[in-house]
Amino acid sequence: MSTNHNHDHDDHAAITHDELPGYYEILEISLRELLIEKGVITADELRRQIEAMDTRTPAVGAKLVVRAWLDPEFKKRLLADGVAASAEMGVISWDDTAFTVLEDTEDTHHLIVCTLCSCYPRSIIGLPPDWYKSKEYRSRAVREPRAVIAEFGTIIPENIQIIINDSTANQRYMVLPMRPAGTEHFNEEQLEAIVTRDTLIGVTLPRI
Amino acid sequence: MITVERNPAKFKAGDTSKITVKFPIGHYRVPVYMRGKEVKIVRSLGRYINPEEEAFGKNAGNKLWYYLVSISQKDLWPDYKGVDEDLLEIEVFENWLETI
Repeated sequence: MSTNHNHDHDDHAAITHDELPGYYEILEISLRELLIEKGVITADELRRQIEAMDTRTPAVGAKLVVRAWLDPEFKKRLLADGVAASAEMGVISWDDTAFTVLEDTEDTHHLIVCTLCSCYPRSIIGLPPDWYKSKEYRSRAVREPRAVIAEFGTIIPENIQIIINDSTANQRYMVLPMRPAGTEHFNEEQLEAIVTRDTLIGVTLPRI
Repeated sequence: MITVERNPAKFKAGDTSKITVKFPIGHYRVPVYMRGKEVKIVRSLGRYINPEEEAFGKNAGNKLWYYLVSISQKDLWPDYKGVDEDLLEIEVFENWLETI
């Protein structure tokens, strides 16, 4: 380095890649490379699937909820068969799981969890938040759901029943929350904005 | 032609059942906290390939009946802090459900 090199540098750390991959990372890389090498899938198919998965976000779930709020016939179809009703809205599920929508009422509130792993309606509303996959959430959601929801800032009154849905294999769940009072004049866009990811999981409620 | 249903569902909505107590190693889809518990069948969810076999490449296309079952939170956790009506719903394959 020259001696007159005296200007300030940004003190960002250099990007390094020196951590050794863990067991499951090695397993995933090996499986992925073998599938491609043996011609079972192509690298482009894999990339396209990841790209497709990333188009699924909680905003898709919000559209389903708002349509159900505004269109009672659609709501019936959504509750009867979530996969078919989502397909009507152009959301085509790519796995063989059932998509079951759980309707909150004045007497009942739903909370979803996967205690065994991280089942989540990814093909409809995208990837779950990290906390949803944590051992703490997975164990406590079934053990003390009211305390967990309270930690997220929402108190479910005692006159409301809580139903926890633990997803174990082929069912994927999403909560259909109640439309809050005071939204009668809201347009679709305004309604969609209050249906956030956490309201679809059931750890909070839509509010204005 | 007469179609014979070779694998009719063992349970219907409203039935009670006990979840088997067994501790197999592998990709098992019944959490330990539910084993041995008495549950109510909410409804049949149809038949699905058994993921416990599929995970080991043993899937021969066998589909098992699969049910949504429920249990009261107070029955599940004796010291549960919540209201009597709070419920847990979970899906269980028929090979884990005993008749009582």
